[in-house]
Formats: sequence, structure tokens, C-alpha cells
Amino acid sequence: MTPAEYFQRDRSLHPPAYAPGYKTSVSRSPRQALLSIEQGYSEVTGPVFGHADFGPLDNDLIKNYAHSGDPIGERIIVHGRVVDENGRPVPRTLVEIWQANASGRYRHKKDTYLAPIDPNFGGCGRTLTDENGYYYFRTVKPGAYPWRNYVNSWRPAHIHVSVFGSSFSQRLITQMYFEGDPLIRTCPIVNTIPDKAAIDRLIAALDVNAAIPFDCLAYKFDIVLRGRRSTLFENRLAGN
Amino acid sequence: MPQTLDYLKETASQTAGPYVHIGLAPGAAGFKLYETELGWDIAGAEAPGERIHVEGLVIDGTGAPVKDVLIEVWQADSLGIHAHPEDPRFAEVSPGFRGWGRVITDFATGLWGFDTVKPGPVPGRSGRVQAPHLNLWIVARGINIGLATRMYFPEEADLNASDPVLTLIEQEQRRSTLVATREAPGRYRFDIRLQGDGETVFLDV
Repeated sequence: MTPAEYFQRDRSLHPPAYAPGYKTSVSRSPRQALLSIEQGYSEVTGPVFGHADFGPLDNDLIKNYAHSGDPIGERIIVHGRVVDENGRPVPRTLVEIWQANASGRYRHKKDTYLAPIDPNFGGCGRTLTDENGYYYFRTVKPGAYPWRNYVNSWRPAHIHVSVFGSSFSQRLITQMYFEGDPLIRTCPIVNTIPDKAAIDRLIAALDVNAAIPFDCLAYKFDIVLRGRRSTLFENRLAGN
Repeated sequence: MPQTLDYLKETASQTAGPYVHIGLAPGAAGFKLYETELGWDIAGAEAPGERIHVEGLVIDGTGAPVKDVLIEVWQADSLGIHAHPEDPRFAEVSPGFRGWGRVITDFATGLWGFDTVKPGPVPGRSGRVQAPHLNLWIVARGINIGLATRMYFPEEADLNASDPVLTLIEQEQRRSTLVATREAPGRYRFDIRLQGDGETVFLDV
């Protein structure tokens, strides 16, 4: 018997492919309907990662590219849990993040913003969730930066987050924003999401309980991946 | 009032953006950070099967190559086994075979390519065999939620003709958008068209 399926994705909570306020999406969005398929082994399986894939500093962006000292910026912990729509933890799943430095500049050959590169900041990290789906990173808070959408568009401070889940059908890339940032409300990329509550769920809360005195603040960002059926009755679709 | 369903809501997707390489392929962004980057070796050196190379372009709605795309691959080994504990034949998966990888494009040309082994047919639900295929997942600036599709093999015409996904495509002329071109033995070309004429069929899995 094929393993149980994942819940159908509620696309009303996700941005549509075509979201003209975000101009780049106009020519990069399929116009035909997606083909909804039955989940087979290709969909209910996915890559498995282990601790052997990681180095000891991979989740510490303050130290993983430090050459002559720590990076400049507000020191923060970003932590939370990866769970599914049933509220079950997603253990041992790969979480990867990337971000601009404290002045809003990415260490990327294509980023030409005038703000400086930080010689001690790479801007990427990765980790595996533990048995309870918990993950944490240490980093500096990224800066806002300008981008070409409208003449004067600025991205709110954000961290890109990539999560695998237990199967390839749970694969998700998103962005985490910071509580209180006034740029969130007007961001064309944020506003590709049609659902206000879904936007709010991308905003990490300041978590003073997790802050370390005289060291760093903390933000909590929980991630929800698609849930999975628990009943194992096989489908019988018309025609099969 | 009925009982309340207490399901959580899935976190919304956001574009991977123009700097996706920093996070998922920092070497390509121009710096070395990790001892080992993930996903450059899909099949491993020991896995049996036909070694193949797949390359292509992702083409936008204006006909231009998308030069900042990242593609992930997920596939079965040459016997059709996935390297995942829920595959019933997991214990027999090829040695060293992970079946997952990621690739980015050449920033100047938009060409991407990867080496792997050709997958075998995969058992499907209701006893229907799935033709050999690669599962692809495409993210980039301007793509708001990752696009899933599949690449099939042109020499598998019989299995393709009964494949449960290909045959589900109502407009028969669109099925060919999921079938690669074989340019030489073991070399395949697979262009992905995001929009417009010949738009690739994308999947809601």
C-alpha cells in the first residue's frame, strides 16, 4: 500500500504565480492551471539528511564566516519549531537560511547596493531540527535594502528560510519578517500573499524569554508544513 | 455550531529571490562557507544504472532564459527505489544513492545541467506503473511558490503512454512538454517554459 497522502495545499494562503504588484512575477508565472495529481512514492518521499552533512558552526552566522572578528549588527537568535498542519513536530528536517548583512547588503556577486559588505559575515546557515522539530540559529538582524520594483521600493528586513519536511511535497521556501517593521505593510513581495493572517504568520515575534542577557535578542519563528492523512483507506478515483 | 477543526495553517510561500544562491549554493554566489555543499552529487559514485547528463534552459514568458533559477531534483534509483524509509524497497536502494540534488544556471547563459543515473519505473497507486521520471522543483526571483514538474524520457514511449501523470494531461499536445529530447546516448535536453507557447505543465502535488 502506498503511504498516506499529504493534505491538499490550500493555495488561497499562498501567493498566486501571477502577482503584478511584484513585477518580476509577470513574465515568470505560468498561465495554465496546475495539474493536480495523485501522490505516489515520488511525492510522499523526499531527501533524508543526517548530522554528517553539517559542520559545527553551520547554524551560527555570527561565527561561520568570521575572519577578523564578529560581524557588525544587532545580535539575535532566530528559533522556533517546524510542525505540520496536524501540529506534529517535523523532526530531523533540513532548515536553511540566507540573508543580507546588518546594512542590507548580500554577499553575492550580483548585489551592487552601495552599502558595504561585512568581511565577517557570509549570510547563510543551515541546521537539522531536533526530535521535537525545534531549530535555532544565531545571526545578526539584516538591514532593509532598496530593489528595483517601483522607483523607491525597499524590502523590509527579512531572512529567507528553506525547509524540506519529510517529503518532497512539503518543500517550502519562505521569508521571515520582524515584528514592528513598518516596511512590511507596503512591500510588493509580502503583498503577493492574498491573506492578511497568512502574512502575519510570516512575522517573527520578539521573544525576550529566549534572549541572552548582555549578549543577544531573540525572535521566534514557527513554520507549518503540510499535514498528512492518518487514515489509510486507499483512494479509488474514477477510471482506475 | 459544529466542533472546531484545530488544524494549523501551512506557512505561506515567498519567492526565493535573486540571492537564493547564497543560501542554497554559496559557492555559486562567489564564496566558500560550508565544508560540503549539499546537493551537488545526486546519485553517488557507486549507484548502478545508466549515467546520464540532463541540461536545459528555463525560459520566461518573453522568450528569454531565466538566469537566476535554482532547480532541485528528486528521483528514484535505477530500480525505481527512493532513498527514503517509506519506500517499501528502501533496504535495497543503490549504495550511496541520495536521489536529491540542486543545480543553478550559468549566470551568463541561463544553462543548467546535472549528472545522475536514469531512474527506473516507480510503482504507482492502484497498481499503475509510473514511467521513469525526474521530479523537478524550480524557484527563482519572480516565482512566488516553487514550481513542480517532471521530466520523462523519450525512449520510454510505451511506459510514457500509460503513465498516470502524463495521461492525466487533457490536452495531448501538452504532454510532450514533460518529455526530454535525447541528443546523444545518455545526454538529454529539457527546456522548461514558464509561460506562453509551449508552456510546461506544472503540477499541484
